[in-house]
Amino acid sequence: MSGNPYQPFPVKITKIVSESDVEFTMTVDASLDMVPGQFFQISLPKIGEAPISISNYGKNWLQFTIRAVGRLTGAIQNLRVGENLFIRGPYGHGFPVEKLANSDLIIVAGGSGVAPVRPLISQIVAGTLPVKSLKLITGFKSKESILFTEDIQAWEQKCDMTLTIDKPQEGWTGDTGLVTEHIRRLKLDLPDNYQVIVVGPPVMMKFATAEFRLLGIPVENIWVSFERLMSCGLGKCGHCKIDSTYICVDGPVMNLSHAATLID
Amino acid sequence: MSAYDYSRKEFAAVFAELQKTYQIYGPKRFAGRGRFSDTDLIRYAPLASLDELELAEKSSLSPKSLVFPADETIFHFNDHEFSQPQLKENGEIIVLLRPCDINGIARLDKMFLENGDQADPYYQRRRQRLHFFMIECRESFENCFCVSMKSNTTDNYEVALRFAGDRVAAQVKDHRYAGLFGQKGRAGSFSPEFVSGNDKQVELPTVETMPAEMFNHKMWEEYDSRCIACGRCNTSCVTCSCFSTVDLFYADSRQCGERRRVWDGCHLDGFSDMAGGHSFRKNKGERMRFKTFHKIYDFRKRFGFDMCVGCGRCDDVCPEYISFSSCINKLSRTLKGGSDK
Ligand code: SF4
Ligand code: SF4
Ligand code: FES
Repeated sequence: MSGNPYQPFPVKITKIVSESDVEFTMTVDASLDMVPGQFFQISLPKIGEAPISISNYGKNWLQFTIRAVGRLTGAIQNLRVGENLFIRGPYGHGFPVEKLANSDLIIVAGGSGVAPVRPLISQIVAGTLPVKSLKLITGFKSKESILFTEDIQAWEQKCDMTLTIDKPQEGWTGDTGLVTEHIRRLKLDLPDNYQVIVVGPPVMMKFATAEFRLLGIPVENIWVSFERLMSCGLGKCGHCKIDSTYICVDGPVMNLSHAATLID
Repeated sequence: MSAYDYSRKEFAAVFAELQKTYQIYGPKRFAGRGRFSDTDLIRYAPLASLDELELAEKSSLSPKSLVFPADETIFHFNDHEFSQPQLKENGEIIVLLRPCDINGIARLDKMFLENGDQADPYYQRRRQRLHFFMIECRESFENCFCVSMKSNTTDNYEVALRFAGDRVAAQVKDHRYAGLFGQKGRAGSFSPEFVSGNDKQVELPTVETMPAEMFNHKMWEEYDSRCIACGRCNTSCVTCSCFSTVDLFYADSRQCGERRRVWDGCHLDGFSDMAGGHSFRKNKGERMRFKTFHKIYDFRKRFGFDMCVGCGRCDDVCPEYISFSSCINKLSRTLKGGSDK
């Protein structure tokens, strides 16, 4: 059984950064080809496996931003630099990079949904993925739950960016309100020309994509990424199926025209 | 292609001869091991002799365990080294099975060998050992609706067998068996017949796209209270292929352990739970809807034919007497705008 697709391989942890009280970003050594929006199955032998999206990557490194909410992610949080993490992947369809290149692009990401779009934004602001324009709206529950603070500061310099938290909070002088309110305020002269990406919790994606439709963005220009329980990542175990779609192989990034037809 | 006739005794000798090269699996009766203490369990197992082949009743478990065991180790860990367990026996297997189950395994092939464009190596290494010997099935058992599902016929076998009292007839399609079959029998003209009608019939939905209102239609609500999420319909089904992966470590050594995959099912609690607590399809009715659409609607959209083969085992085993065939009919009636009662 050479080339067993279920077999993870070890990667060395080179850096761990805490993002919030429960989230942390782990950098590992790995030189693999991948596309923003894809994911890996990451595991610790004897504990288990979970799907985690790529939160950034470079030529010989790769990052995962992980929420320590369960047994496996809790155990991963206890790992130290120099130890091994086990991964297999990358899996799934990422963002349609060819369609996004040289487009007028709007990205809306909420909470942990910022992780999968982070490599995309990094490539755009670095100029390796050139776009005509980028508007970015990121939303978090509270100021404590903001992820990727350093990146966000850098992005603010390079693109038209809104950072909002759900409700006003003491010590917060920035924008407030749900991302949908900020989408509503966008001024788009030629909506047909925009490509739009929305990633976040299911309810947020539902309302955010509806706002974009009201703004006149064609459904074919809207892309979403689905979070589902994924187990095998290979289109075998059945956990991620909705209708005839297997999120792990047909997604996680999908065009809204298809995603909107999927009912759990 | 050739055909032969035997007395049962003569055929028992063919069977014994085949056993020199192959392990032979078929439905076998295990006395007193059924759902109730006084009932028997019929499941697929190696047969010591022709006499162990159970033909009078339907097996309550399907032959899928031959290709997809209920619980299988996929890796052993020793510290952080992964090793893949070898199969204990790697010989070829003849499996005696009915047309519906042959078609059922063809559906499993779609998932395990084709879906996602990568073959599942654990399935594949078991699958490639199998040789199908079809048991001719001319009379329907209780709850079968294979004819409606068009899975009552198949030509996907190497040998077809008719067991009729003291007589056995064989049609041999694969010439590797010709010598052996020819030696002990007389030339005959047998070619298998197939069930042409079941007591149970289903009308399949013909819609290309399921209307959105069918997803939370009130017809599913009755299952909220009736279904107890035991998952027996999933375990008995020849085409249910879902699994979960679990890691274990051995109590005596925290360094060693294994990763296993175990059958899972869409009716069971926790099937769609995500880390962090969100879960889809909390109600049993939603799970019934999910299973039904998969079996007779959305699998077809992906692979071109329906998943369910109408073996009726889900109905046979449901402790709450939920009938899947009735559910399919109710769905079709509802789609046509009829009553959902
Ligand atoms: S759904 Fe029921 S009738 Fe259909 S293949 Fe599965 S067990 Fe058989
Ligand atoms: S066998 Fe019956 S009660 Fe058990 S999960 Fe299936 S439908 Fe529900
Ligand atoms: S995660 Fe197993 S089929 Fe998609």
